[in-house]
Amino acid sequence: MSAVALEYQTWEVRTHRPWRLAELWLLLLSVGAGLGAIALVGLGLDGELSDRFWTEAVWLAALALVAHVVVRFAAPYADQAILPTVFFLNGIGVAMIMRIEASPARAAANADAVRQMQWSILGVVMACLVLWLLRDHRLLRKFTYTSMFIGLGLIALPLAPGIGRTINGATRWIVIGGLSMQPAEFAKIFLAIFFAGYLVTARDSLALAGPKVLGIQLPRMRDLGPILVVWAASIAVLVFQTDLGVSLLFFGMFVAMLYMATDRISWMIIGGLMFVGGAAALWVSFPHVAQRMDGWLNAMDPAVIEAPGGSWQIVQGLFGMAEGGMLGSGLGRGNPYIVPFSFSDFIFASLGEELGLIGVMAILVAFLVLCERGLRTALLVRDGFGKLLAGGFAFVLALQVFVVVGGITRVIPMTGLALPFMAQGGSAVLANWIIVAVLLRISDDARRPSLAPERGQVAIAPTPEEVVAGQMPTQAVAPLEGVEPVFDAQAGGDEK
Amino acid sequence: MNKTLRRLAAVMMVMFVVLMGSATAIQFFQAEALNANPRNARAFTKQFNNARGPIVVGGVPIAESVPVDSSFGFQRVFGGGDPAIAEMYAHVTGYFSISRGTSGIERQENEFLNGQAPALWVDRVHNMLTGQVNRGSSVELTLDGFLQQVSWEAMNGQRGSVMAIDTRTGAIRSMVSYPSFDPNPLAVHSTSLANERYNEVLYSDHRPMDNRVLRQVHPPGSTFKMIVAAAALEAGYTINTQLPAPHRFRLPNTTHYLRNFGDRTCSPTGQGSMYELMVISCNTSFAMLALELGEDRIRDMAQRFGFGENFRVPMWSVASRFPEAGDAFTADRLALAAIGQGDVMVTPLVMGLMAAAIANDGVMMQPYLVQTIRDPNLEVIFEAEPQALRQVVSPEVAAGLTEMMIGSVRDWGSTGWRARIPGVDVAGKTGTAQTARGVAPHTWFTVFAPAEDPVIAVVVMIENGGHMGMDGTAASVAVPIAHRVLLAALGLDADGQPIGPVEPDPEAGGEQDDILPNEPAEQPEAGGDE
Repeated sequence: MSAVALEYQTWEVRTHRPWRLAELWLLLLSVGAGLGAIALVGLGLDGELSDRFWTEAVWLAALALVAHVVVRFAAPYADQAILPTVFFLNGIGVAMIMRIEASPARAAANADAVRQMQWSILGVVMACLVLWLLRDHRLLRKFTYTSMFIGLGLIALPLAPGIGRTINGATRWIVIGGLSMQPAEFAKIFLAIFFAGYLVTARDSLALAGPKVLGIQLPRMRDLGPILVVWAASIAVLVFQTDLGVSLLFFGMFVAMLYMATDRISWMIIGGLMFVGGAAALWVSFPHVAQRMDGWLNAMDPAVIEAPGGSWQIVQGLFGMAEGGMLGSGLGRGNPYIVPFSFSDFIFASLGEELGLIGVMAILVAFLVLCERGLRTALLVRDGFGKLLAGGFAFVLALQVFVVVGGITRVIPMTGLALPFMAQGGSAVLANWIIVAVLLRISDDARRPSLAPERGQVAIAPTPEEVVAGQMPTQAVAPLEGVEPVFDAQAGGDEK
Repeated sequence: MNKTLRRLAAVMMVMFVVLMGSATAIQFFQAEALNANPRNARAFTKQFNNARGPIVVGGVPIAESVPVDSSFGFQRVFGGGDPAIAEMYAHVTGYFSISRGTSGIERQENEFLNGQAPALWVDRVHNMLTGQVNRGSSVELTLDGFLQQVSWEAMNGQRGSVMAIDTRTGAIRSMVSYPSFDPNPLAVHSTSLANERYNEVLYSDHRPMDNRVLRQVHPPGSTFKMIVAAAALEAGYTINTQLPAPHRFRLPNTTHYLRNFGDRTCSPTGQGSMYELMVISCNTSFAMLALELGEDRIRDMAQRFGFGENFRVPMWSVASRFPEAGDAFTADRLALAAIGQGDVMVTPLVMGLMAAAIANDGVMMQPYLVQTIRDPNLEVIFEAEPQALRQVVSPEVAAGLTEMMIGSVRDWGSTGWRARIPGVDVAGKTGTAQTARGVAPHTWFTVFAPAEDPVIAVVVMIENGGHMGMDGTAASVAVPIAHRVLLAALGLDADGQPIGPVEPDPEAGGEQDDILPNEPAEQPEAGGDE
């Protein structure tokens, strides 16, 4: 995008919507990357395009176009990098699942790229609906406590008799009518709304200084209540559902938002100590947690590899990534399907094997771009609730990537969450697309130029006296040469 | 709140940098170590997608990778898919299993077969630049397809092994072991099926996966008398030295008597020349000779002939065993060892090398199976060079031993008479080794020919008397098998008449094209089409 074009468009910004050419162009690139990956899967496996290539291609391109058009009308000022980044990740994810699906290995029997594509379609439709129906993100603040109940209910749902399912040691699934879901993925949305709504109200009292210990300003003891409740809930998830991933995700999100709201580093330290302390206590008292830890710390120990529930899977993932090396084997040319759940929990290892370190870096950078755009939205939006919500969403996505990829690469113990937008799993795809929609909504609000004069704009806007006098200057908002209007800097400056 | 958001952005950045670092650590810095990890089945599974090179005998692939329409790309096929041929070569080619790895040549020459050997780097770079798929090299063996066929058929389903070796070079010309297995079902692409079939073979009777030439040891019986005789000749005895030959010999410090085979007397006079006593394979006199020479001389000679040594052909052999010096190795044990009983255990390989070394004026050649390795462009990247291991005995001692071995086949009353070939001096020594009372003996024959200008040595080892059971002796079981192999190797018919200008020659292996599975061994003209 040339600055000149932007300047020209924003010149007429009050009467015309932005053209969002940057988004369109980036979408072309990201959908192109996804289609290229799907094409390569066919070429790598059979030397020709897969039968399904054109179906997938049409769907992906149509989805991107629909999403682009909807955003253009429903959230015209929204960040232009978010949507293309998500399409990039989703497209590559579908391609990878398609590749795993093509393998005869029994471990790959559950890979289903068609299903994932259907969920992606549903996800995009949901995102469009959210964008269309939710005209102002501040409306969500009304549902602060409703969200809390829904969120906690969703987290507890897998414990409900009859529908709850324990798969591979973690009680994270519910099955209704043959459809299995991870309610925690949706709980993420509701709890973020709850945290944002609660913290924006309580932030002043939470930020008040309490006793000072070892040079750290502690909060007042009576304000410890909420963090204790969330901590207890997280530990409960860990104990009753044996799900370190979900537990870590929610507690981490809460602590991060708490810090965001209060600017008290002590909250982070307290939260970190509480979680590590709780987890360590569980490590000592629960054998399966200890086993998980052992599989992390001594993954390469032959005895640990062989042990049931040991590190066999994680080591297979490492072998796969090592096999991929710098350049990767190429899509369809490796053996990622050897690793159990190579299409879901371990899709990152599969990507590492077939796309190599270069591909994995590109994917991580895409995630980083997405999360940083989310934080930037939080920076720009004016209301506190919006800031906390956007910041919380951005952080929880980053944290989820960290927990998943960190688990596979042995930075932290293995947890088994889904890599957002890439791992096979309907609930995760759906929930994350909804998060994207909310982020776009907040971003639109953040970047929508205000009619009121802003700082730096005073010199060129009509003075109140002029307005009163009805002396509307003929070129009221014409930018001075070399000086960009503030909203211009927001909308256009980011593309550089 | 913007200050905290900016800090959070920094935290997020750190999180991603950590992930990038850990991914780099695994995929770049640790990649080599992870790839080399013995638990990493991937490096091996990948080979199922490779155009793995063939293993070739006489221009015919006995193991090759055939493109198939599956995600693996290639199927390893042994013996052209014919179970009969595949079994005949199974112990040489080895198996190629997705879950159990490889054995035999498939294992030892893996780097060349899969095209990853350091010597092939030029090819790999070339392939990388031109976008071609890496292909494996072909490994051409020293085996003679016809001789292999004859050896296999001569064994006629008796448990044991046969090896023929070129006495001048050490090139192994045939190597068969029975019972065998078909490696084709093991090369299936399904891990569970491969495991199941592997276990089926592994746990069936008599260890069909063992290459009996290399991997099993048995008491050598009278063939060990050659080593005692060699020690004696070196100590100054001649083949005409008169030795005591009593009817029975009481083992020192025991009440047990050592007798001769069939409780026969060796000599009416109670003594005879070493030559005569070797021809009739007299137990008592060689036991006494060993006691006279002392265990050190015998042990030294045994070690020079390859006892205690692991040979690599390129598969590794197990070591043959002569007892260590010590209190447990008493004089009576030594007397038993001298006639190849008791504590002495030997591989057919070492027995064959012994005959080959005697044939080669006392020089033992390094045995080998791989003649040539060619890259996919048919450039030779390895060519076997015959290599002398050592001078085991002097040419004079070797000549004396040869004399006695000729007698053991030629003379009246000899045990090896069934190996006679009209017009050709055949030199051999039988062995019939008792293992336990009431158990049929193991029968041995190690032989070379022609004695005056040796080209081929053959060793036959048949367990538990073969089809003859308790009635089986070396003379009746092992010798006829060796006879057929010798005839085939020399290109002669049963009357000693040439059937073609065939001479076993290590260079000839590549041009022969003579695997005719249904051709009876008695019609060796198939081998004469060079």
